[in-house]
Amino acid sequence: MTIVHPASAILLSLQVATVATLGSLPVAVGLGYTLARRDFLGKVWIEAIVLLPLVLPPVVTGLLLLRMFGRRSAVGAWFARMGMPLSFSTAAVVLAAAVVGFPLLVRATRTAFESVDVRYEHLSRSLGLSAWPTFLRVTLPLAAPGIIAGTVLAFTRALGEFGATVVLAGNVEGQTRTIALAVYALLETPKQQPAMTPLLVASIGLSFAAVVLHEALLRRLRARLELHRG
Amino acid sequence: MAEPRFDLEVRVRVGDRDLPLRLRTEAQRIAIVGPSGAGKSTLLRVFAGVQPGVVGRCLFAGQSWLDTARRRFVAPEHRQVGWVPQEALLFPHVDVRRNLLWGSPNEDRLSEIAARLDIEALLLRRPRHLSGGERQRVALGRALLARPRLLLLDEPFAPLDPALRTDVARTVLAECERDNVALILVVHDLDRVSPLVEATFTLTERGLVQTSPDSGFGGEA
Repeated sequence: MTIVHPASAILLSLQVATVATLGSLPVAVGLGYTLARRDFLGKVWIEAIVLLPLVLPPVVTGLLLLRMFGRRSAVGAWFARMGMPLSFSTAAVVLAAAVVGFPLLVRATRTAFESVDVRYEHLSRSLGLSAWPTFLRVTLPLAAPGIIAGTVLAFTRALGEFGATVVLAGNVEGQTRTIALAVYALLETPKQQPAMTPLLVASIGLSFAAVVLHEALLRRLRARLELHRG
Repeated sequence: MAEPRFDLEVRVRVGDRDLPLRLRTEAQRIAIVGPSGAGKSTLLRVFAGVQPGVVGRCLFAGQSWLDTARRRFVAPEHRQVGWVPQEALLFPHVDVRRNLLWGSPNEDRLSEIAARLDIEALLLRRPRHLSGGERQRVALGRALLARPRLLLLDEPFAPLDPALRTDVARTVLAECERDNVALILVVHDLDRVSPLVEATFTLTERGLVQTSPDSGFGGEA
C-alpha cells in the first residue's frame, strides 16, 4: 500500500522549488539581460530553445531530460560513478522543476531589463562608473520588481511541476514525492483520502499567495515605469 | 595654429539617414544652435561616448576618444565628461544626495555646489517629488560634482525659472573658468547664453557652420 506523508511532501516541494528557482536565477538574469540588450547571430534560436519547456508537454521534457541525465547518458553515468545517481533522486526533482520554471524566469527578467531606460546606464557610465558597477547600481535595482515577480511565478510553476518530475525522478516517498506527486499517489489509494486535504490546502494556499505577490510586484513595476516617463 | 580643443569628423546613423558631423575649433566653450531634429543632442552623445553607430574620429584636447579606423574607443567612464541630457534624467531609485554623489563621493564639494545651485533643501528628496527646474539644477550639480574636463549641456536653462537662469548660468561659467572646463552647450535661444561661450555653431542638414564670431575657420574643416 502507498504511504504518503503530507508534511514531508509539502516540505520537499518548498525546498525543491526554492533551490530550483534561486539556483537558476543568476543564469536567467544573465540570459535575460543579454536578450534584452544585445543583438547577435542565432538569437532567435536561443529564444526558441529557452521557451521550449513552456510549450512542450512536461512528460516530453521529462523524457528529454532522462535521455540527457539518466543512468545511460554520459552525464548521468558520471554522476552515478561519483556515487550521486541523478535519476530518481531529489536532485532530479530540482532539475525538472528548474527546467520548467526557467522560461518564465527568462521572459520576466528580459521584459524587466527592456523596461529600464538605457539612458540611465549611459548617464551612470558618463559619470565615471564602469559597466559592471552600473549594472549593479542602476540596471538591476530598476529591473528588480519585474525580476522578483518572475521569480515568484517560476517558483509557483516549480511548486506544481508534475509531468517532467514523474518521468525523470519517479514517485519515491521522502525523496522525490512532492505535493503534486503525493496527490497523484493518493488518487490511486482510496483509503488515504484524509491525507489529501492538507496537500490541497497547501497547494492552493501557496499558489494563491504567490499569484497575489506576483500581481502586487507587477503593479509596482508599472508605477515605476510611469514615474520614469514623468 | 594651436591644437584644436574639439576635433570631430564622424558620420552618425540617426533614424534612416546618415548625419555628417564635422567640428574643429580652438574655442574652449562653444554653443550649438539649430532646428530641432538636426542632431544637436546626437553631437553631445558622440562626445559622451554613448551614441551607437558612430563612424569616424573624435578628439578632445588632443586626446583621441574615438577612431573607428584604428578601432579606438575610450569608454564613457574614462572621458571625464559631465553630460546633462535634455530631460535632466535623475536616477529615480535614490534620493537627490545620492544622485549628486554618483560620480564622486566628495562631501565638501557637495555642500558648496548645492548651496550655489540652491538645492540644499532637496538633498533627502526622491526625484519624483521635484519640479522640472529643481531636477535640472540637481542634474547640473551632479555633472559639476563629477569634476569633468568637458561639460555637455543639452538645453540646460530651458526648464528653469527666468529669475534663476542668470544665477545658474553664472555658476556654470564660474565652475568652467575655475577648473578650466570646456563646454558644449546645445541651445535654442542664443541670447541667453552668449556670455558663456566663445564661439557659436549652427547645425543644419549640411553640417556644422560657425556663425559667431566671424573668424576665418569654421565648423567645416
